[in-house]
Amino acid sequence: MIEEKFDAIVVGAGMAGNAAALTMAEGGMKVLQLERGEYSGSKNVQGAILYADMLEKLVPDFREDAPLERHLVEQRFWMMDDRAHTGLHYRSEDFNEEKPNRYTIIRAQFDKWFSQKVREAGATVLCETTVTDLARDSHGKVIGVRTDRRDGEIHADIVVLAEGVNGMLGTRAGLRERPQPEKVALAVKEMHFLPREIIEARFNLKGDEGVVIEAVGTISRGMTGMGFIYANKECISLGIGCLVADFQRTGETPYGLLDRFKRHPSVAPLIEGSEVKEYSAHLIPEGGFKAIPELYGKGWVVIGDAAQLNNTIHREGSNLAMTSGRIAAEAILQIKSRNQPMTPQNLALYKKMLDESFVIKDLRKYKDMPALMHTRSQNFFLTYPQLVSKAMQNFLRVDGTPKIEKEKLTLRSFTKARSRRGLFGDAFRLVRAWR
Amino acid sequence: MSIELSMRVEDKLFNNRYLVDTGRPHIKVRPHPKPSPQLLSMLKVCPARCYELNEQGQVEATVDGCIECGTCRVICEESGDIEWSYPRGGYGVLFKFG
Ligand SMILES: Cc1cc2nc3c(=O)[nH]c(=O)nc-3n(C[C@H](O)[C@H](O)[C@H](O)COP(=O)(O)OP(=O)(O)OC[C@H]3O[C@@H](n4cnc5c(N)ncnc54)[C@H](O)[C@@H]3O)c2cc1C
Ligand code: SF4
Repeated sequence: MIEEKFDAIVVGAGMAGNAAALTMAEGGMKVLQLERGEYSGSKNVQGAILYADMLEKLVPDFREDAPLERHLVEQRFWMMDDRAHTGLHYRSEDFNEEKPNRYTIIRAQFDKWFSQKVREAGATVLCETTVTDLARDSHGKVIGVRTDRRDGEIHADIVVLAEGVNGMLGTRAGLRERPQPEKVALAVKEMHFLPREIIEARFNLKGDEGVVIEAVGTISRGMTGMGFIYANKECISLGIGCLVADFQRTGETPYGLLDRFKRHPSVAPLIEGSEVKEYSAHLIPEGGFKAIPELYGKGWVVIGDAAQLNNTIHREGSNLAMTSGRIAAEAILQIKSRNQPMTPQNLALYKKMLDESFVIKDLRKYKDMPALMHTRSQNFFLTYPQLVSKAMQNFLRVDGTPKIEKEKLTLRSFTKARSRRGLFGDAFRLVRAWR
Repeated sequence: MSIELSMRVEDKLFNNRYLVDTGRPHIKVRPHPKPSPQLLSMLKVCPARCYELNEQGQVEATVDGCIECGTCRVICEESGDIEWSYPRGGYGVLFKFG
């Protein structure tokens, strides 16, 4: 049993936990961070795109030694049917700037580096330790945690829950609900290794330039989901995720979906001859703004994925995790500097500060998206991609049919599949949810 | 083409690193005469194919290859079909890349 008392205990050493532990330790607090994996990152899975701005606020000179893969100069968005893809590509030389805005990373390696920064700031980091319970006093105030390491409790003034999307402590303690099948996606992912010259040739890159591809369409078999292909230095991260409720409903297997994605004629040439070195899976919070639980209480706060702070429309999560971790830590530091207790009244400062940040503003903007995507998944992920593909092929094939007839045919195929009213309705709902 | 072969999950898991906590599975299926729809769905949804049907028609879990995604917890914990927890600290899957 650890006899000493800490100012703060952080559960989890992912993006959110590391940001919070770092900020509090730098602020002079006595911090204990607990992580169940062998090292920070050994249990974590991500695409992964790193957003520089949110990390810069924590580690201003991170570019000097963080394990970064490629800085992104190009983003591709693919709408796929079974044999084709219609793509939107954005590439700009402006992204070859001195301080690039987005990078690809390999999470296990990045987290290890991030955790080192937390240690250097003076926090005690204990890995290979699963926290099993929250300890509370007779008034229900959280006063520490119990772990599977030794008997007994470890105490602190505040417990920061950074346990990720599948967080058990918070749900076991009744602080928030267990993730629901309609509100989480399951993503599966593989790491494909290839020599860097081959990756650069296939993706049209030079040096450390990078590309990401996001893909929707028949690859998800009518389920709400998305595929992704990210170029790293010497490997390609490739994966696909769909709502758990959709997997349950359709009986599709995640690995079957991944394999079909890999065999798609637009994807297969990119990974041909690669060596797969890892297969992983992870949940992603998809509930958005409406699924955000209570963010603080007596002696505790929750940050990152555990608090559903994840913007699935923009594929952003780690930056919201880092930012919520930093903001929670700043709020705690303020309360502590005034020698005040960690009561809900005082911790409300965290929510107030978070509400004013991009985290909540962005999530609020898309509050109706999750429901729309879910109830209309067949249209958005099956019918439309097929129609777009057909229209493109019809448009491009030169076969003596007058163009005016081609256009009529295309329009007819859309209205036949969805009816004018249906099309209008979908567009209207999409615009409303987007606003 | 070896479509079936390329879909073998066992081969995929073979690349991963694990430290198996022998004799202490972190997920347990509650004994049942007939599996619930939730349990049955796990035969397909588990990305590591940890759930299988035995000869008596019951669902069994062998969690040595579990990649700790938590999907079975999301689907089956509420109904009491399974008892789910994380492996002991340091055990289970160890991602090198993640
Ligand atoms: C396939 C995929 C692709 C993604 N792509 C992107 C992307 O490109 N860009 C982006 O910004 N975001 C992306 N995300 C989202 C991003 O990964 C998450 O939002 C982010 O990791 C959340 O950070 P977190 O610290 O809240 O949780 P996590 O990073 O999951 O960390 C939680 C930590 O807590 C530990 N833990 C849990 N329970 C316990 C316990 N009881 N005791 C001890 N330790 C415990 C875990 O081991 C883990 O280290 C992606 C996610 C997935 C799954
Ligand atoms: S946690 Fe995920 S990988 Fe492990 S048994 Fe459950 S569904 Fe399968």
